Amino acid sequence: MRTSNNILTNRKLLVMGIFITIGVVFIIRLFLLQVVDKHYKQLADNNALRFVTQYPARGKVYDRNGNLLVFNEAVYDLMVVPRQAMEKIKDTVNPFDTIMFCHLLEIDKESFIDRMDKAKKESYFKPSPFMTQVSKENYAHIAEVLYRFPGFYFQTRTVRHYPNAIAAHTLGDIGEISKNELDKDKEGENYYRQGDYIGKSGIEKSYEKELRGVKGLKVMMVDVHNREMGSFMEGELDKEPVAGKDIYLGLDSELQAYGEKLMVGKIGSIVAVEPSTGQILAFVTSPTYDPNLLVGRDRGKHYKELEADPMKPLLNRAISGTYPPGSTFKTVVGLIAMQSGSITPATCFHCSGQASMPIKCTHSHGSSPDFANAIMNSCNPYFYESFKATINNPKFGGIKEGYQYWKDMTYKLGLGRKFDTDIPYERKGNIPEREYYDKMYNGQWNSVTIRSLGIGQGEVLVTPLQLCNIAALIANEGYYYPPHLIKCFGDSTAIPEVMTTKVDPGIDPKHVRTMKNGLRTVFSGPAGTARRYELKDIPQCGKTGTAQNPHGNYHSNFIAFAPIDNPKIALAVIIENGGYGATWAAPIASLMIEKYIRGYTVREDLEKRMMEGRISYKNER
Amino acid sequence: MNERNSIIGKIDWLTILIYFALVIIGWFSIFSAKYDEMHPSIFDLSQVYGKQLIWIGASLLIGFVILLVDAKFFNAFSLWIYFFFLASLFVVLVYGKATKGATSWIDLGAGVKFQPSEFAKMGTALALAGYLGRLDVDLQKRKNQIIAALIVLAPMALVLLQNDTGSAIVFVSFIFVLYREGFPGTGLVMVGGILAILLFVLTLVWSQTIMYIILGSLLVVFLTYYLITKKKGLVKMLAVFACMFVFVFSVDYAFNKVLQEHQRNRILVLLGQLDDPQGVGYNVHQSKIAIGSGGFSGKGFLQGTQTKYDFVPEQHTDFIFCTVGEEGGFMGTAIVVLLYVALLVRIIVLAERQRSTFSRVYGYSIAGILFVHVAINIGMTIGLVPVIGIPLPFLSYGGSSMLAFTMMLAIFVKQDANRLNIL
Repeated sequence: MRTSNNILTNRKLLVMGIFITIGVVFIIRLFLLQVVDKHYKQLADNNALRFVTQYPARGKVYDRNGNLLVFNEAVYDLMVVPRQAMEKIKDTVNPFDTIMFCHLLEIDKESFIDRMDKAKKESYFKPSPFMTQVSKENYAHIAEVLYRFPGFYFQTRTVRHYPNAIAAHTLGDIGEISKNELDKDKEGENYYRQGDYIGKSGIEKSYEKELRGVKGLKVMMVDVHNREMGSFMEGELDKEPVAGKDIYLGLDSELQAYGEKLMVGKIGSIVAVEPSTGQILAFVTSPTYDPNLLVGRDRGKHYKELEADPMKPLLNRAISGTYPPGSTFKTVVGLIAMQSGSITPATCFHCSGQASMPIKCTHSHGSSPDFANAIMNSCNPYFYESFKATINNPKFGGIKEGYQYWKDMTYKLGLGRKFDTDIPYERKGNIPEREYYDKMYNGQWNSVTIRSLGIGQGEVLVTPLQLCNIAALIANEGYYYPPHLIKCFGDSTAIPEVMTTKVDPGIDPKHVRTMKNGLRTVFSGPAGTARRYELKDIPQCGKTGTAQNPHGNYHSNFIAFAPIDNPKIALAVIIENGGYGATWAAPIASLMIEKYIRGYTVREDLEKRMMEGRISYKNER
Repeated sequence: MNERNSIIGKIDWLTILIYFALVIIGWFSIFSAKYDEMHPSIFDLSQVYGKQLIWIGASLLIGFVILLVDAKFFNAFSLWIYFFFLASLFVVLVYGKATKGATSWIDLGAGVKFQPSEFAKMGTALALAGYLGRLDVDLQKRKNQIIAALIVLAPMALVLLQNDTGSAIVFVSFIFVLYREGFPGTGLVMVGGILAILLFVLTLVWSQTIMYIILGSLLVVFLTYYLITKKKGLVKMLAVFACMFVFVFSVDYAFNKVLQEHQRNRILVLLGQLDDPQGVGYNVHQSKIAIGSGGFSGKGFLQGTQTKYDFVPEQHTDFIFCTVGEEGGFMGTAIVVLLYVALLVRIIVLAERQRSTFSRVYGYSIAGILFVHVAINIGMTIGLVPVIGIPLPFLSYGGSSMLAFTMMLAIFVKQDANRLNIL
């Protein structure tokens, strides 16, 4: 025992040896690093460092044909490093000329103190913005005498510019990062600093990460006269900014501009997509505004004005407006009724015109129409009966289960939910849950109670985007791609998969073809509700809607696509309080189709009437 | 003689002196690292340097109380203390707050956070000392070996589950005390460990193929040697080579599948395989510049620019050594390194003069813990070790680590002062 412990005692030597060896290795390494290597000692005592953030150029935005929609313009931010500035301000011998400085910037002394305090609070040692987006004139004046104001320097940055002033809501805007956004970022990526710009809406928001690029950094040595003496450590600490990606949108800027012109003087929305891709071709909301208003130093002022406007120009009605779809919804009701086997194209229902119960018919046509006649004439009783036949279908074992099936199908068709692609602030619309009716009617309800749904009235609400998607689905004979704004990135990186994934709601293509042929007769049939807008060379399909609403006259609705074979464009038009679907929405949709497919329009009178037409609204100033 | 009077004469003042030197250097470094002209007083309690003073005060108070407690208390209650901290590690796993990916804090409210893993090391040292100090425990017996290993591995596993790899690595330090106490195979593990690190690094630097060629050629040389000389041990030698081949073979897998991405990148940066001074290598690069710019005598107290301008992240916690290097220069860093080496050697010397196994094992344990902390922390700031976030004992800002290290050391000083009372 004794001996073994002696042997073990010697083990202390190895342990101590390891401790000492590591100590020696460290001291040698430190000697090499600190004394031998001169590489790290370039910093002269009196020099200060300036960290100049290198803002990357934000990605540009093009339309589907490569036309420029958004580009950048240079602006100048006046930055301050409080520590360096305060040294001069406290200097009594050769003081900081606050009066001249304020005069040059066109601010008063209080504002100067406020700005300085804000910067100090942010960081005493690191630069903070003192004044952002200084005008070019002020910039020129101050830059000349900047050497007299140590701690201050200019940082170049870019703001957005919109050459065409169209598609304001789609393109969105950027603005100084808010406190909330900053706090959220601090917990995650920690990329932004106070004064940085961030996408606030539209694609500027959804593609913020791609568009913004990655900030760079330049470390400059600055002498006591506020002059930059060159880069610190031969730029070893510098970081090149990475430019943002360019984005190509599915938008057709000519079609967009045309749509915006057609919508002048009306409230509502036009949404057009390319059915074969789901790319949005036109995304019109009216009234709109010039996107250049929300740029530069007056952004806040303009924003407040737009916000106060009773016509709500900031609202993107294409995704945030929820409307009763009216008769355009008969497409949905018809498709689900056929798919569930509740009706066939040969099924006829009785219609007594105005005398029909419980829903009267607003169109005069012979009784009893089959499916094709019903869709052409937009027969209310027919689709009420189809709806009733669906939810009463014995195969579901009960009305409530039947309703659940119907509700689930509308969800699959893209209603009552968001697509969540790349359009911020989408709204869900409304297809009520069956529990909603249970609660409302104490569990006692049936197909008659909720009959309004069959003709797209009552609780059902859709956004123009959702409605447009229904048109695309019928155009494609049964499937759709979630509607989205982007076409591709400038560097050809893949766009998110959700936008390129085909969605099949499970409606047999043969039923959709029946529907498609029905919608063709709306233009081509002798009694078609849009027959006046038929074009000989472009076979159009569509469905009118005239929706009752609590805000006054009927909403004029229309969904359409064309040509019938391999459709190039599908769209939805909603004109608030425009009256009949065939009065405003159908001709506007037809003109959009013609413009997109032909590239020009031949119906000049119609075009003129639509563009110059004004609808008077209660809120109008 | 009254025990309370005698303690002053018996405690090891050299240890205490080194302790105070390190604590004061740490406090001033934190002040300098986080210096703010708006709050120029080192006593300003709203700033981290003021807060550190509170922690130092609290640590001194607890350390003083420990010196007054009966020395036998820690041996008697070692297991209870151990289980208490083991339980608190469990609590952290369930209720803890995540900081930088690791869940190692419990929020005690009022801005006070408690990191049990800092104390668990001390608890483990006490429990191991208590266990090996028992007369019926013999490390040559299989059962005793297993229990001793479990005492160390249980808290280590819990800390690993918190995703706090740095703190878990510290538990490796118990290899020193087990080696000293004659745990069979520990010497081999130490040598094997060094060999494994060497193979790991070389494989990453040179690629597997080259390593196979090198190992293969070595194998041929050895085989010829053994076959010609007809010495014994051929099988053992072949087994060792087989292990090395398997190890090299699995390096790629381990590196890519077991390690997390940030850990992989830190290793690649260290090995010079990944050159990214702005990204992953940023901390180390900045820290080397800060230390390197200090020169021989440093820029002087509060004159550091690298640390002042927030170049170095975590400069008051894990990278506090940068401030020492920048403002104190080589003089400062060498003094700090020497202070640590002196403290470690002193603890070993004191441990060896103990009569009780408990005190000796405890001494070796804390020497090991302090050593691993110092070696990893300083090694990382000067680019010799991958970035692993553990504090520098007595210097880094942080209440839990200051309290834990002080208590750890105070218990040992108390044991040492009491050594002559043990028969």
